[in-house]
Formats: sequence, C-alpha cells, structure tokens
Amino acid sequence: MTSTPDVIVVGAGIVGAACAHYAARAGLKVTVLDRGPVAGGTTGSGEGNLLVSDKAPGPELELALQSAELWRELAEQLPRGVEYEPKGGLVVASDEAALTALRTFAAAQEKAGVTVREVPADRLPHLEPHLAPGLAGGVHYPQDAQVMPALAAARLLRASGAELRPGQEVTGLLTGPGGAVRGVRTASGVLHAPYVVNAAGTWGGELARLAGVLLPVLPRRGFVLVTEPLPRVVRHKVYAADYVADVASDSAALQTSPVVEGTPAGPVLIGASRERVGFDRTLSVPALRRLAAGATALFPVLAGVRVIRTYAGFRPYLPDHLPAIGADPRVPGLLHACGHEGAGIGLAPVTGRIIAECLVGGQPPLDISPFDPARFEAGGGA
Amino acid sequence: MVTESYDLVVVGAGPAGLAGAGAAGQLGLRVALLDMAERIGGQFYRQPAAALGATRPQALHHDWDAFVALRGRLAAGRVEHLGRHHVWAVERDGDGGRGGPGERPGGRRGDGEWVVHAVVGEDGGEGGEGGGEGRRAVRVRARAVLLATGAYERQLPFPGWTLPGVVGAGGAQAMLKGGLVRPGKRVVVAGSGPLLLAVASSLASAGVEVPAVIEASGYLGYARHPRALAANPRKLAEGLTHGAALLRHRIPLRTRSAVTEAYGSERVEAVTVSRLDARWRPVPGSGRRIACDALAVGHGLVPGIELATTLGCATRSTADNTLALRLSSTQETSVRGIWAAGEVGGVAGAQLACAEGELAALAIAARLTKPGPYAGPDPRRPSGLDPGRPARVGQLLSRRARLRAFAEAMAAAHAPGPGWTDWLSDDTEVCRCEEVTAGRIRAAVTDEGARDARTVKLFTRAGMGWCQGRMCGAAVSCLAGDGQPPAQRRPLAVPVTLGALAAEGPGCGQEPSRSQT
Amino acid sequence: MSRRQRWSGREARVDGAARTPGELAGARPGPAFEITVDGRALPALPGQTVAAALWAAGILAWRTTRAGGKPRGVFCGIGQCFDCLVTVNGVANRRACLVGVRPGDAIGTQEGEGRGELAV
Repeated sequence: MTSTPDVIVVGAGIVGAACAHYAARAGLKVTVLDRGPVAGGTTGSGEGNLLVSDKAPGPELELALQSAELWRELAEQLPRGVEYEPKGGLVVASDEAALTALRTFAAAQEKAGVTVREVPADRLPHLEPHLAPGLAGGVHYPQDAQVMPALAAARLLRASGAELRPGQEVTGLLTGPGGAVRGVRTASGVLHAPYVVNAAGTWGGELARLAGVLLPVLPRRGFVLVTEPLPRVVRHKVYAADYVADVASDSAALQTSPVVEGTPAGPVLIGASRERVGFDRTLSVPALRRLAAGATALFPVLAGVRVIRTYAGFRPYLPDHLPAIGADPRVPGLLHACGHEGAGIGLAPVTGRIIAECLVGGQPPLDISPFDPARFEAGGGA
Repeated sequence: MVTESYDLVVVGAGPAGLAGAGAAGQLGLRVALLDMAERIGGQFYRQPAAALGATRPQALHHDWDAFVALRGRLAAGRVEHLGRHHVWAVERDGDGGRGGPGERPGGRRGDGEWVVHAVVGEDGGEGGEGGGEGRRAVRVRARAVLLATGAYERQLPFPGWTLPGVVGAGGAQAMLKGGLVRPGKRVVVAGSGPLLLAVASSLASAGVEVPAVIEASGYLGYARHPRALAANPRKLAEGLTHGAALLRHRIPLRTRSAVTEAYGSERVEAVTVSRLDARWRPVPGSGRRIACDALAVGHGLVPGIELATTLGCATRSTADNTLALRLSSTQETSVRGIWAAGEVGGVAGAQLACAEGELAALAIAARLTKPGPYAGPDPRRPSGLDPGRPARVGQLLSRRARLRAFAEAMAAAHAPGPGWTDWLSDDTEVCRCEEVTAGRIRAAVTDEGARDARTVKLFTRAGMGWCQGRMCGAAVSCLAGDGQPPAQRRPLAVPVTLGALAAEGPGCGQEPSRSQT
Repeated sequence: MSRRQRWSGREARVDGAARTPGELAGARPGPAFEITVDGRALPALPGQTVAAALWAAGILAWRTTRAGGKPRGVFCGIGQCFDCLVTVNGVANRRACLVGVRPGDAIGTQEGEGRGELAV
C-alpha cells in the first residue's frame, strides 16, 4: 500500500469509474476497489444506452439531460475507442392513439428541455429505411446516444489516474468516533480513507448493510439479444411507444418495446426485457420471444437474421425507480452512487460530478434531494 | 406450436446417444433422438451421405461393427430419430425459465417435464428472403433428457493458422468420412492427442501423403499411469493399430514438437516444425520447414456442454484444463432429470460413451418406471439402476471405471504446456471470427487491466463472433492468464433466427420433421 | 441403381498403393450434376456438401473476412467454427460444411458479413 487515498470508490463499473474520474479531476486521490474485474457486473452486460427519450419530466430527466452533455465532453476527452455514437433515438407509434400519447409525452419533455422533432409517417423511411410499413409516425430525439460500456468504464478509470484494485471484495466498513467512516476492510487487509463511495451497483444494498444502513437496491433482470454481424441496417436507437390506457385509474402510461440498434462492431442489439426475479440467470425463452417479436415487428427484415448470443444482466433499482446519489446523512463519510436501474451508463457522468462536488463541499449541478440515500428509512429519513 | 411428448429426449446421435436411445427404447421408453446431422453416427461414426453410395463405409472407420450393433438396437426399440434438429436450449417446462437449480434444494420439486427447443434444417435455418427453413422452430417435450452432445476440437493458434488449407484434424477426418474428400495431397498432421494418429492413418489410406505427424507431448506421459494402461488392452490395441498404419505408410511421428508457423500466399505451402521444451516453449533455432499443401491440426477435444451449463448443471475441470459435466454414479447431472453421457462428462472415446449411454438409459428407465424417493448416489452400488439386470450393470460400471482411468491418464499426458503462447506473434489472429490479434489481447491484459477471459472479451471482442469463442476460448484464457478452463456459457447453444425466436409462442410453429437414419 | 457410377477419382494416384477416398469407401454415387461457383461451372455429386464439392474441385476458400478481407474456408468441418460461411443461391451465411449441394446451385464467394444489400 502506498499512501492513504482521499476517497475509496467501491465498484469498478461505469458509475464507479465516473466518480473516480470527477473526484480525481477535483484534485482528490482516489482508489477504486471491486470484488471482480473492471465492468464485471451490470456495466459489462449493458447495451450502452444514453437516453433522454424514455424519461418523463422530473428529476431523472434532469440528470439525463446534464449527463448527455457530459458524455459529449467525455467522448472528446477520452482516448478513442469507447464507440460513442451521437446517433439519436427514434420512437415510433403504431397507431393514432399511440401517436397522440407520444406527442403529449414529447411535448412535456420539450418543455423540460429535451430536443424533440416529430417525424410524420411518410418521413420515417428516410430516417430508417427498413422500418415496418404502416406506422403512424414518430418522434426523433437527437440527444440520445450510445457508448460501449465496458470500454468506457476501462478508459475512464485509466484516464482518471485512480489506483485500481480489482478482485478485492469489501468485507466491512471501518468507522471511528461518531460512526464516521474511516475506510474499508477487505480479505487482504484494511484501507483507510475519510470517504467511501458506494458505487457497487446491484450489490449496493449489501455495502450499505455493512455500514448498518438501509438502501433497498434490488436486481431487475434483463436479457439482451445479439445478432450476427451486419452492415449498418439500423441507424438510430429505435423503439416503439405503445399507448396503454388504464381506464380504472384514469391514468395513461406509455409502454415501450425493446430498443433495436446497430453497433459499430456489426451486431444489432435488442434489449432489454424487464423481470423481477432476483439474481437468476436461468434462460427465459418467453423473455427472448418477446424481444424477438418486438424487434421483428419494427424491422421485418430482421426475421431472417440470426441471434448468435443472449445474456442476462441485473439492473439495480430502488423502490421509487430513482437512484441514490449523495452523502448518507446517517453515516458521515459514506456517499452513495447506485440504483440507476437501466440508466446507469447514461447517468454515470452526472452522478460522478455530483459525488465530486459533495466530496469537495461544492455545489451540486442540480437539486439532489430526490436522490437522498436515506429516503427509504422508516419515518422518512434521518 | 404442436409439441410432441416423449419419455426421454436424447440430444446427440453419436455413440453415447445411440447407446442411450437404443437401450432406453428396448426398456420400453418412448424416445426421441435429436441430432443436427441428417444421419446418425455423430462425429466418430460419421457416415458418408447416402447418395454417395459408399459400399465399404467401414474402410473409413475403426470398430464399425460396434456401430452396426448400435444401429440395430435403435431400430428394435421405440426410438424416433429426428435428424437436422439443432437444439438451442433445454428448458424446464411451465416455469417460464424461473426454475433455477437454486430453487430446488431438495431436488424433489416434482419430476417435471422438459422442453427441448430446436430449429430444423441442414444449417439450422438460413437467413434472407430465400430461406423459410430458419423459421422452423420446434419444441419437443420429455420427462427426462439425456445430453450426449459430444465434443469439438481444441485449437491453439499459431502464425498462419488462418490460411486456407489449415484445417482441424477432426475437421479433415469429418470431411473425409462424410464427404469422401481431402484438403490436399500432402498433409502434415499436428497438435496433440490420440486423434492425430487416427487422422493420419485415415488420410494415408485414402491416398494422402502424410510427411509427418507432429505431437506436442511425449508419449512417455502415459508411463506415469501404468495401471490405467494395463487395464485397457483394447485401448492399447487401438493405438497399436494406428501406430502400425503409420509404419505401413512410412509416416514419421515427431513428439515434443509443434507446428509454430504456416506459410503461403493463397493457401498453405509449408509449415515450420519446432522442438518444444517441457513447458511447450519452442526451442530457439530448432525450426525445420516441411513443404505441404494442407495441415490438419488439433489439440484434443473440448466437451460441448452449453445446453447443460445454461440449465445450471455443475461442472468439473479435467486433467487437460477443459470443463466437463459433474455427473452422479448413474450419469445424472446436478440438475435432477438431466442426464449426460460420453464426452460431455470428460473426453474418453466411443467405448466409454457407449457404456455411459447404456448406464444412463438404465437409470432413466428405473426413475421413470418406478417413481419413488431417490436414494442418492453410492459409488459402489448405485441405486436407481434397473435391479433386474445386475450382471449387465456390474459389467458397465467396471468398464466405465477402467476407461475413465485411461482417459484421465491420456488427458494428463496431452495437456497443453503453459509455454505454448510463446509461439504467438503479436500479429497472429487469435479470434478467427472477430479477427482479434494476440497483440490486442496482450494489450488488454497489460494496459487495460483485464485479468480474466470475460473481461478480455468485453474489451477486445475476442470470442464474441459467430463461433462464440469455441475456436479461441482456450487461447484467450491462456493469454488472459487466469488459469481457468474457458467458461462454456452460451445460453443459445446454436444461432437462431429472430423469426424462429419470435414464433416460439403457443399456437405457432410447426411439427417436427422426421428423417432417415 | 444402373445409373450409379463408380467413383471416378479426379486426382491421379501418387503411386500404386494410394487410393482416393471414394475408392477406399467403394463409393458408387449417382450421376454428377453441375453447380456454379462465382459463375464458373463445376461438377458435383449428389450427397456432397457444398464444402465437399468445393474441396473436390481443389477450392479451399470461399469467403473473405469483414475486417481484413482475408480468404477463409472449412476449418472445423463439423459446423462449430462458422469459418466456412458461404452464399448459396443468394442466401448469405450458410455453413458450407453442413449444406448439401443441389443441381444448379449458385455458390458465391461471400464478402464480409455477406449482407451488403441490407446496408443503409
């Protein structure tokens, strides 16, 4: 061990990498621990969606908008090879009812700062020549982008200059007078630091438990289908918005189909399903069928294309579907940066910035109270 | 989708599957035997296509009489052979995939049914407008499944191994047995393992000049296991037969050597053979060139266990650093109701595969016909075997023990040495599908912190292509330096068209097709 | 059966002792038919795979790789490696070692992913 770091980041996924990057940029000395390798958890299973299109106005959309800007900056700063593509998203509606709902949704997003461009039915083939005929129309979201998550995490970590220690599982948190964090314990010893950042993703709840606090992070399984390598057949991130009216509750919600997109490496990615089944990787044929049916409904040409791989990942989610970002008021020195559900790749940079500001006592770039890590404590927090 | 139901589905129509299906059929079970090929036989008993009219197929094979016997038993029982069925997954029925092994600690969550998913066609379905074949998805239901999916060849890359004319040793053998063709007129046979002798002997008798057989191990390794050798006179005779064939054709066998480079512009024209030290590092200055127009190369076999790993079946590491299924004394995997036989339990050849297939059939028949609590494995007197045939069971058990011991000795003798990666130059392509070089993989390890095969794959795409790491898996694991056998996790065991997957719902799809044996 | 022929053995014997695989197995295939490879006519036998017909004609490569444009053909020979992918009658990515030849088949060298017509 060299000298004591200013901050220990637990988790070498994309969120941990972003926290390390912005903390190091703020002048802090950072050590990153992970029980596995870089991008060994949810990051390594992610598709790399950087989406604003799927978010309703609210705190998560604010995060996404800021993060989209930060990703654009990072793509310029990082060495080549993170496969950043500002390709834009295209959400399509199959009928007039769905289109009406999509328009309403997009109009609200536009008020919140999202760039939206309605695409009439006859213009859809210009954006996506292989789209199924007969769609009612769509909305183009130029701010949606894509990145290769594992490479992005690795390059971001490397660029940060942080010390990386893979294969080191944290087994306990060291605390001092007043319960303040003083470091972590691992199988190979102890590491001291005045701050510990929980960027353990789906396993963030377990780390919180080591600190004696509740953070109910749960896994939500998703399968992704990967096709044979193809030339570019899909230009944008494309998915269908289907209108679902719940008459009983008089509420309306948008239901989306799987995102279909091409990649620079060749395969088309189709993902991802959503199931709450715990940490179970067992193959689910019904989940694969839904993905395949959704993708071929949008792009009939894909029916004859072969899927060569499928894999499962676990999105870390919290009961209100918002992440936990910021200092834990219950444990001085402990900060959380986890529970981003399916948006972790997209929201990583803004999460890293918020954490860095919290560490140096600066002003976070937006109101972070909705992400208060203590909000699930009985009685409404500390 | 119309789904046929059987007592037992056997996946794979090689020696293990044929023995299992035949025995189960004779015990009165209703059996479906699925295989990707049109005709039965698997790789070991691969038959020439019927239309080639081979009147002496036995000339290409060792122990053809055994195959004739297996074929006869198959015809006598209630076995339905479903050829051209490419099985892509086996799933517990009715749980939507949520029945992970962890949820059945007692192993008594009912003896439920299994659904075997397959796509039908020569190639498992072609894409494009011309091919409706790929959309032919079928499901076959069964009370028990016997996995007899065999093995494929392990490859260790070297500079020039992607040149046309460099083919797998097993591949050359398969093309010879099935298509009656050869890759060249002067073919070097190289790599490691007993298959090389069989391949050289077949090629030579089919008119090919074989300038040398290059074996990386020393056959002295077998001497460390005298008891396994002495107990297996038939195995030794098999080796002697091939050895005699080499002598007859005047083919030199060079041990402790490897092809460390292949040359050629349009196709292979020559290879360099280098001597190896004990760790398989090429000895500097020992390289000698051999002119040839093809090279047949392979380093033993890798069990094809992806259907089982997707179900959560436990695995074990073998003496030559592959993963095989961990099996009970009655050939059952760690997942109740899924049995396995042959190479999937550790590569050991056709004779053991036949014994294991038959043992599995006896155990399955006992389970399905006499329901009752499973007494648990006992290595000396396994329960769950048909008590009506004690003599046969005893014979099979002792044959299995003897042949397994021989296989372990063989695997240890031919295990790749750690120094082989020294013959990889940085510009050698390791992943043939994604064209990823050894240099790129080494950079991921040294510069980007990848310490295991999965991370190397994420960073470099090695193993992400069409073959899903089957060809480069051993090499990537070695270069990543984690010392682990390559993981065999492929939730889709074969490619499936999106159209076929989308049709996987109730009420769609078509009936399975039957075809000739 | 009368139309079945004895194995012709297109290649000359190396010496008196050597044989062709067809002679060895006593093959009596049905009458040969014609296929085309990149427009060139070639004979093929019923029962052969695309790969076997091409090997019999001395052709070892029928695909070029996506990145390097390198020639490839059969490698594993048993449908596991996907190196022998080829375009048959306009359909790309068929495994030549598994797909049988039929009279009149048009085999085409496959470039890259073989689906250039889909590019947008």
